[in-house]
Amino acid sequence: MDEKLYYYESYDVAVIGAGHAGCEAALACARLGLNTIMFTVSMDSIALMPCNPNIGGTSKGHLVREIDALGGEMGKNIDRTYIQSKMLNVSKGPAVHSLRAQADKQSYSQSMRRIVENQPNLCVKQGEICEILVDNLCVTGVRTYSNAVYPCKAAIICTGTYLKARCIYGDVSQYTGPNGLPAANHLTDSLKKLGIEIYRFKTGTPARIDKRSIDFSKMEEQFGDETVVPFSFETDRESLTREQVSCWLTYTNETTHDIIRSNIDRSPLYSGAIEGTGPRYCPSIEDKVMKFPDKERHQVFIEPEGNYTNEMYISGMSSSLPEDVQYKMYRSVPGLENARIVRNAYAIEYDCINPMQLKPSLEFKTISGLFSAGQMNGSSGYEEAAAQGIMAGINAARKLKGQEPVILDRSQAYIGVLIDDLVTKETHEPYRMMTSRAEYRLLLRQDNADLRLTKIGYDIGLISEERYKKLVEKERLILEETERLKTKMVGGNARVQEFLSSHDSTPLKTAVSMADLLMRPELNYELLAEIDPDRTELPAEVTEQVEIELKYSGYIERQQRQVEQFKKTESRKIPENLDYDDVPSLRIEARQKLKKIRPENIGQASRISGVSPADISVLLVYLKQN
Amino acid sequence: MRNHDTIAAIATGTTNAGISIIRISGADAFSVADAVFLSKKGKKRLSEQKSHTLHYGKIVDGDVMLDEVLVSVMRAPNTYTTEDVVEINCHGGMIVTKRILELVLSKGVRLAEPGEFTKRAFLNGRMDLSQAEAVIDLIHATNEQAVKNSVRQLNGNLYKKIKEIRESVLRDTAFIEAALDDPEHISLDGFTDTLQEHTEANLKEIKALLKNAEDGKIIKEGIRTVILGKPNAGKSTLMNVLVGEERAIVTDIPGTTRDTLEELIQVKGIVLRVIDTAGIRHTQDIVEKIGVERARTEAEGADFVIYVADASRELDENDEAVISMIQEKKAVVLLNKSDLSMKTTKEELEQKTGKQVFLISAKEETGMDAFAEAVEKMFYQGLIDQKEEVFITNLRHKQALADAKESLDKVLESLALDMPEDFYSIDLMNAYQVLGEIIGEAVDEDLVDKIFKDFCMGK
Repeated sequence: MDEKLYYYESYDVAVIGAGHAGCEAALACARLGLNTIMFTVSMDSIALMPCNPNIGGTSKGHLVREIDALGGEMGKNIDRTYIQSKMLNVSKGPAVHSLRAQADKQSYSQSMRRIVENQPNLCVKQGEICEILVDNLCVTGVRTYSNAVYPCKAAIICTGTYLKARCIYGDVSQYTGPNGLPAANHLTDSLKKLGIEIYRFKTGTPARIDKRSIDFSKMEEQFGDETVVPFSFETDRESLTREQVSCWLTYTNETTHDIIRSNIDRSPLYSGAIEGTGPRYCPSIEDKVMKFPDKERHQVFIEPEGNYTNEMYISGMSSSLPEDVQYKMYRSVPGLENARIVRNAYAIEYDCINPMQLKPSLEFKTISGLFSAGQMNGSSGYEEAAAQGIMAGINAARKLKGQEPVILDRSQAYIGVLIDDLVTKETHEPYRMMTSRAEYRLLLRQDNADLRLTKIGYDIGLISEERYKKLVEKERLILEETERLKTKMVGGNARVQEFLSSHDSTPLKTAVSMADLLMRPELNYELLAEIDPDRTELPAEVTEQVEIELKYSGYIERQQRQVEQFKKTESRKIPENLDYDDVPSLRIEARQKLKKIRPENIGQASRISGVSPADISVLLVYLKQN
Repeated sequence: MRNHDTIAAIATGTTNAGISIIRISGADAFSVADAVFLSKKGKKRLSEQKSHTLHYGKIVDGDVMLDEVLVSVMRAPNTYTTEDVVEINCHGGMIVTKRILELVLSKGVRLAEPGEFTKRAFLNGRMDLSQAEAVIDLIHATNEQAVKNSVRQLNGNLYKKIKEIRESVLRDTAFIEAALDDPEHISLDGFTDTLQEHTEANLKEIKALLKNAEDGKIIKEGIRTVILGKPNAGKSTLMNVLVGEERAIVTDIPGTTRDTLEELIQVKGIVLRVIDTAGIRHTQDIVEKIGVERARTEAEGADFVIYVADASRELDENDEAVISMIQEKKAVVLLNKSDLSMKTTKEELEQKTGKQVFLISAKEETGMDAFAEAVEKMFYQGLIDQKEEVFITNLRHKQALADAKESLDKVLESLALDMPEDFYSIDLMNAYQVLGEIIGEAVDEDLVDKIFKDFCMGK
């Protein structure tokens, strides 16, 4: 090798980047006993939240709970540092209840920094990785900008939005990462040399405004929930007691929209100065105004960035308009008339990979030992990143230990849906998790993430014996109470009939089980206590499961039947070395897609757009033949 | 991918052969057969019979006897598909066979995909591996054909209607999903009433379509007919005569649109769907204009061919081409221009074509009655009829419509129970998907695209 290179100590795993994906990946590897090093461009940007100041939200809250159920850190970290918490969608079905917490950004970052810095087997190092060293299609090490080489057996790329990052507003354009941090300008070229296909995506963030310049009397106050539910199944509820801060709601108006429309030619999004593909789910305010001209106003949430600062995040108004227009635009919003902008809104463009180059284990198909996670894989959001991070970490560790990868499927977890979508379906914009993407979502609830995944986390080695025992006990109690309700018969005696009529419920003609009564929409577990004297005191998380599983049993059973069908096709593996050119009669489009994506099983193959049921039949027959 | 459920289909062709066989394969084959079969003394249960035995009895739909049959019972694994198989041998003709199949399907059995018995036989190891290529070709060809037929045979109005219902279902689902994903920007307050209204309206439409399907109207009606003949033989005049006589029929019958290049013509109450009418009417000469190859393709796809010959001219190479095309087809010959001096005779054509020849004058409108009577006779003798896949397509569509109806019924049920929105949006999507199967459209990213297109989401 080159003479000017320095050789440093070798590691099992090198994690490149210390954001939400990098931290989970590094922690998983280290906790599984591997000697791990994590690189970051700045020690002060570990687990940084460069955009919105919250964790969770619809479907993202599910991801956080799943990460926690597997033994990850994100849930615990937000429980330690939240300053407001809310369960969203409580008026809707239990499957779409979602936790969201406002974070104190600095505390969040510092708290995670303490965790990673004190994790045995983990070394955190400031430095930019410029090259992945590969020998014979296997990772052998990583090289820093200063030419230090760290030999390693696996590397996990978690570079987020830093690769060749460019921040843009108006005609100002700077090659920096988020928050003015240095971009990582070299790794892309190394990846391209390895034959990896690179995409260019974009996203954006709104302005931060000085709290003292905001007139909150013109806005609606948004409070947190009185009873706070923790993200982590391990967090002690007592520890969550703290004073919560408020968010504030205001609206844009026609004046705002006029300002935007008359300056639209100065937006780099519309002038063509930005080439990257932006996400549809968090459009810039100029996109909202141009694409939905009939909407007279858009909501704007004012959210604190933390207790350490006066900066307020202006949610709903991300933009890449020039600074002078930004001033006019924000100041047209009620309550922001005298707003002082602390940080401008900007759009950011960055390099990421086409994630279809990855296996469901998040390892590159073509390079052994090279993994990738987070926004680098074309996703967006802290939670999506962390979810991939923990899986990439687990699978890198397992690879080095000679174990099979852990792949969660679409019926097990949102994490499974997320990764399957990324590696199977063509994506042309940053991918955001949504509940509508999870076809078995009635089973994938945030309330049962532990029941779905903690056993898996225990088998992997990230869940303690103590925690696992608690889970087993919880499962036992749920089963017992469910059985008791199913077999406990209730007759139509006077007390029962009176109870029913007092709740507008039809009186009984014959005896029914307690479970039957629970299934009535107007009744619930708590109400039934009145006519259920045999009941023993059970923890709330047990009765919650009993109630949901019984109350919605018809729907849940239907989904379970669908899952059985799904599992059958998922279990039909396709050999890794299958040459699709040898399969006769595949249509050209199907053949091209299959060659590119190389699905692991028949189920995954059938989800590729452009592969028809007839193609799948052909494939099945061919596999049978060979 | 459905490889494990019970399937059924007509295993013989649907021509009017003496005996046709309905094959049922899969785990429920015996229980389904028991549900429709009545032995002579009424006691025998097919599920209790030994493998590879034959049983005499009746197929009954409730109290109605459909046919006397012989039923063979074959237990897994020594069967064609290696699954439990029941074959119903019936002899009551095509109409009865179709009714029996529909009865079997109504018991929760799925209509087999084209080539599916063979596919199962192969996948279950019944066939020699060297036959794989042939199986693949079969699956490939039959599926491609089925998809093509499915959409081509769809009544134009129906296509539009299903598109509308799907769009409505998708819009509602997208609204619910957008609100579930972004509850702070989009509220579902009061939406259940709207949804109830939309779903009831959609259900009404689907029920009407189902009724049409039961009457066989869901697909294009009529016997696929092609008129062939050399330039200036009088094809367009003939068309005008046929159309002119039955003016009422030419107007907007549901599903016929002006741009489909088809015309529905009624001859003695029998509907002929004449293909490429526009070509005939406007360009005068189908053979010359669109070429011999195209004419051959049209003729091959036709149920019935009318060959117009010109009595005032000698037979030429154009006539020879047409004559060779109609050799294997159900066809009649109209020897036109009988009002002019005859250079070609009826006998000559009869001998060359082996078909019935009628002397007519399209211009004078003479000789048409004998032609019409001949068409009528051929129809009632079963010599001309719609193709079998038309019936099969109809069945498939009917099943899909029934599934969609069931899903939307479930939505109403959930609404009545005051269930949360996220429960019934799953049924809405299911209805969307099965309706898509009728018009050959997959679901893919429709929902997510719709959410972003119609609703302003997010931070």
